[in-house]
Amino acid sequence: MRLHTLTMASLLALTSAMASADEVRVYNWSDYIDESLLEKFEQETGIDLIYDVFDSNEVLETKMLAGGSGYDVVVPSGTFLQRQISAGAFQKLDMSKLPNIENMWDVVAKRTEQYDPGNEYSINYMWGTTGIGVNVGKVAEILGEDAPMGSLELIFDPANMEKLAECGVHFLDAPTEMIPAALKYIGEDPDSQDPDTIAKTEEVFAAVRPYVQKFHNSEYINALANGDICVAFGWSGDILQARDRAAEADNGVEIAYNAPSEGALMWFDQMAIPVDAPNPEAAHTFLNFIMDAQNMAAASNYVYYANGNKASQEFLEGDVIGDPAIYPDEATLENLYTTTPYGAKVQRVVTRLWTKVKSGT
Amino acid sequence: MRRFALIALPYAWLLALFLVPFLIVVKISLSDVALSIPPYSPQFSWDEGIGAFLAELDFENFVFLTQDSLYWKAYLSSLFIALVSTVLTLMIGYPVAYGMARASEEWRPTLMMLIILPFWTSFLIRVYAWMGILSQEGFLNQFLLWTGIISTPLTILNTTTAVYIGIVYTYLPFMVLPIYAALDRLDGSLIEAAEDLGCSRLSAFWLVTIPMSRNGIIAGCFLVFIPALGEFVIPSLLGGSGTLMIGKVLWEEFFSNRDWPVASAVAVVLLLILIIPIVLFQRNQQRASEAD
Repeated sequence: MRLHTLTMASLLALTSAMASADEVRVYNWSDYIDESLLEKFEQETGIDLIYDVFDSNEVLETKMLAGGSGYDVVVPSGTFLQRQISAGAFQKLDMSKLPNIENMWDVVAKRTEQYDPGNEYSINYMWGTTGIGVNVGKVAEILGEDAPMGSLELIFDPANMEKLAECGVHFLDAPTEMIPAALKYIGEDPDSQDPDTIAKTEEVFAAVRPYVQKFHNSEYINALANGDICVAFGWSGDILQARDRAAEADNGVEIAYNAPSEGALMWFDQMAIPVDAPNPEAAHTFLNFIMDAQNMAAASNYVYYANGNKASQEFLEGDVIGDPAIYPDEATLENLYTTTPYGAKVQRVVTRLWTKVKSGT
Repeated sequence: MRRFALIALPYAWLLALFLVPFLIVVKISLSDVALSIPPYSPQFSWDEGIGAFLAELDFENFVFLTQDSLYWKAYLSSLFIALVSTVLTLMIGYPVAYGMARASEEWRPTLMMLIILPFWTSFLIRVYAWMGILSQEGFLNQFLLWTGIISTPLTILNTTTAVYIGIVYTYLPFMVLPIYAALDRLDGSLIEAAEDLGCSRLSAFWLVTIPMSRNGIIAGCFLVFIPALGEFVIPSLLGGSGTLMIGKVLWEEFFSNRDWPVASAVAVVLLLILIIPIVLFQRNQQRASEAD
């Protein structure tokens, strides 16, 4: 009997120790941070950091809407954030716990207010554009030196795509990125909410669909870098990371990123705290750590995405702050567009269309 | 009393781990999409009563499945892929099992070990390894280029061929083991008798060995066919966008389209399709055990 109570007591002690152990669970995009920052966070704060990754907004939204994800910090993009806020998935940030908020850049904050009015639920982590990654050598070899490497024609003109198919083309598996691009290509409003206008893109995709090897949101980084594919429509920093990996491997592959000359989608990835986060206190600590100027600069220097942190800019490397593909100049900025979330009815039209496009039926 | 407990236990197991989850899925398949947590309505609440709750359910999503050709194509294509993979696995698995059963006693444990060995590594890692083997710059292409058999690399990864390779590779042990078990029990004197009575070796194989290993073949085929039909990991990692399989469609509905009600309806129909082979398998197993 005594042994029994003893075991019980130690069990109790153990469970309470586990409950009080400080840990924070972060769910971020894949290839999206300098991993030494994760160790630095643990050392500085003594909080255990559990870091998981995803590669699609849709998957994140499924987890958020299922509830009980167990994450303390998640990183949806603008339009998805807006939808999830209205579904009640996030809690308001406690600004008193975020002194580093003063580091943030008003230019970006003004834009993210479109999704999160007053920036009450989220802070900007990074932002970028969606565009074309090319294996310069291979594309020039196939389409000639004057190939439209910076134009949507490269990926939506069947004549080009037919030839490119042999070296491999990947598209993003993200209807909210691909449909606006196709709309832009046919001269429509990329942010159109009209089902009939959106339906017009089906033809655009159907014409090039046979030449797309895969719709995927993260495989193209390695595929481009290894020379397995020669064109990917993807996210700016990911393609720049592919460029770097190819240069490091010294395998003769030269990758370039081009924002489409017709106009490029500008997106914002926002850090937010789920309403049912197990440890909101530690989540705030994490957000504050990320908003530290030097930490944020380290992350951007590593992943080649611009951030919404003004104070970090002095710590950015020249090939990041000085690259108009990452920090666009005034002229490029004018060529960028943003989108708004689809309404429930339009959403179904979009997902239906996308499933059809991908399955080729 | 003890007898009752013995019967009640497996039924309680089935009830808790199969029937209850299944009924929840059925319930979701009858509801509508909503932007809320969780993303469907109606939610069940005791205040409004069961009547009001049931009134909101309908079969709309099942009707939708019949209207959109995508689903039927995906079900049929999955059936086809599962069927072809089963035949391929049988064609490769049978000789392997036969060789094992014919090997000398001292070799058998080693051969058995070799069949089981891949299970020591995670299934996911093995499928990833295939990505490395089959890609344009992968081992297979490098090897074929080196030997001069081909001059330009083959595109295998992200095609249906890669899916077949993946399924056959993954499920081969499930085919080999039951056939081996059947062949192992085969009385060698029966074949000798057949040969003494004038059968050639080949016809003895057809007339004696194959029928005697029938139960092993059937068990192996079901063990490959059933999981292959709903396979999701292999087509999504090795298959291209052209590979249409219902497991993938189900995933898409759930995660990409966030349409839980339709996803649930797809799952319910998939289960109904799977019940037929499962029942057949069950019957076959029962007959086999009665025969022993």
